[in-house]
Amino acid sequence: MSAKPVSLPRWADVILLPALNVGLAFLASGLVVLAIGESPLEATALLLRGALGHAEGIGFTLYYTTNFIFTGLAVAVAFHAGLFNIGGEGQAMLGGIGAAIAALLLGSLPAIIALPAAILAAALFGAGWAAIPGWLQAKRGSHVVITTIMFNFIASALLVYLLVDVFRPTGMMEPSSRVFADGGKLPFLHEIAASLGFKLAKSPLNLSFVLALASAVAVWLLIYRSRLGYAIRTVGANPTAARYAGISPERITILAMAISGALAGMMAVNEILGVQHRLLLAFTAGYGFVGIAVALMGRGNPVGIVFAALLFGVLYQGGTELAFDKPSISRDMIVVIQGLVILFAGALEFMLKPWIAKLLTRKEPA
Amino acid sequence: MESYLLALGILDSGVRLAVPLLCACLAGLYSEKAGVVDIGLEGKLLGAAFASATTALATGSALIGLLAGIAASLVLALVHGFACITQRGNQIVTGVAINVLVGGLTALLGHAWYNQGGRTPSLEGAARLNEIQLPFVDSVASVPVLGPFYAEVVSGHALPVYLAFLAVPVTWFLLYRTRWGLRIRAVGENPAAVDTAGISVTRLRFSAVLACGLLCGIGGAYMSVAQAASFLPHMTAGKGFIALAALIFAKWRPVAALWACLLFGLLDAAAIRLQGVVLPGIGEVPVQAIQALPYVLTVILLAGFVGRAIPPKASGVPYVKER
Repeated sequence: MSAKPVSLPRWADVILLPALNVGLAFLASGLVVLAIGESPLEATALLLRGALGHAEGIGFTLYYTTNFIFTGLAVAVAFHAGLFNIGGEGQAMLGGIGAAIAALLLGSLPAIIALPAAILAAALFGAGWAAIPGWLQAKRGSHVVITTIMFNFIASALLVYLLVDVFRPTGMMEPSSRVFADGGKLPFLHEIAASLGFKLAKSPLNLSFVLALASAVAVWLLIYRSRLGYAIRTVGANPTAARYAGISPERITILAMAISGALAGMMAVNEILGVQHRLLLAFTAGYGFVGIAVALMGRGNPVGIVFAALLFGVLYQGGTELAFDKPSISRDMIVVIQGLVILFAGALEFMLKPWIAKLLTRKEPA
Repeated sequence: MESYLLALGILDSGVRLAVPLLCACLAGLYSEKAGVVDIGLEGKLLGAAFASATTALATGSALIGLLAGIAASLVLALVHGFACITQRGNQIVTGVAINVLVGGLTALLGHAWYNQGGRTPSLEGAARLNEIQLPFVDSVASVPVLGPFYAEVVSGHALPVYLAFLAVPVTWFLLYRTRWGLRIRAVGENPAAVDTAGISVTRLRFSAVLACGLLCGIGGAYMSVAQAASFLPHMTAGKGFIALAALIFAKWRPVAALWACLLFGLLDAAAIRLQGVVLPGIGEVPVQAIQALPYVLTVILLAGFVGRAIPPKASGVPYVKER
């Protein structure tokens, strides 16, 4: 005997249930902190102070947020088409390769030409790397989850090869490319502020934060206000119905994956063009996987994703400072929280639903 | 003779590198045959590696460590089962959650407990699973060709190696020659039919998921308690995913899984040895190309360009009675 399907009022479904799930994840995280002998409340206070308590911290928080907006949007666009893109990590690596090639070649040109070209290259390389699994799923029936996992490893091998054997200037030990010429560097926000005559704290926060917010608006328009977005959501909800409505699920699958990959690839704009100014190993640092947690927490809606990305930005920056203040709580704590969020807000999404339904119906007069 | 010994050396390290793959691959086989996709193999291996290393350190017994690794992996399997079978959650999301959670948790706890950047102190003496010398090694060593093969490749491995290879025929027998195996395969192809026959889909799938946990436990424990003699953060380094690739490569068959894992293990061993070596006619092969080969081969096979790999029909789909 399995439980009857239950339905909740919309506010409970959209706000209460996700909030409770995330609450559970944080509760479990608190238990982990307790288990290693620290106080969760003190840790939370230190974390919040590190992330939001000073101007430099806020800059770092928003810099991390930028990455998570891109990777979160990437996962969400694929979600809407009923696809699970776990390949954000590999697509971001390819995005980095594309951005680096453009910035290395065009860096000596004025930034007004070099930067748009490099950003476009990041998006195109990411899109291409995701469109292949999309095409393989649409035309050859191989599952996009497996293919994107494999593509992550292939991308990582490709990046190592390129850095060790191709991009590395002779005589340099570290596998990385040379530093881009000035045209290939996105300006930091504190530099822009200084040129406008007011002062911002120095941080890696750069112009790609604005690009990320614009992307969120664009994705919202795409998903909820455009013909293509409607087709994407229709295919995600019911591919058979979509076909009867004259939509080709194959075409939408490839397109949705390409858009998803382009967004993931643009994460490299922040890291490579914005902060590092050269291509290097492991710059994706698992941010592609954070995108899964962000998209689940934001329930696929760009507005929710921006807030979820901000929350993870706070966790990453605050977690770094926390590890400094409390050496026993290393930065891995953030990864634990991330895993718990995916578990409770994703895998166990509907665990609490029957209980909430029971609670809500009891309160109403029969 | 010298090149024969060199080849044996590569073969020997290939066998060692194949063991965690083989354990995880057979583990995934049980799970997917029963209709539960498991991309959390990586997390289970890592969790088992951590639990067995820490327990072996604390108790000084490698065997207790092995059991603790299996227990940890079983707990993770239960989490996977609870989310995917009981709660009918998304199997892929659950697998990702387990991978991320275990990756963070093991590094965090390792750092907090031992204060060595997440790694454990190295295991020594009885805390490490030692190599087992098979009988007659000395007496057959003088036999040409086969003697060195027996001594180098077959003998001299730790207990989990023999367990993993034993698991291949056992798995074949269980899946294809027992009633339980028939039901497991049925529940992965058409759960509604199994349900109609009055057999619990939930119970069958849980049994398969637990078998998966058991095998991942052995594979993970081998990595830390025998192979590396310590736990390092993220030491599984994608082995759970190569196992997944091997499973597809083997088209979800136990004996083929053995060959796929040995092939991928050998590729891994060869990649280490071939670093910087110039092959006649080909030139210097980038190590990364060999490392990426399992993944490329899997993509090609999965796309049906060479042969066709078709997963169990109901894998990935939660079973809902009312449908």
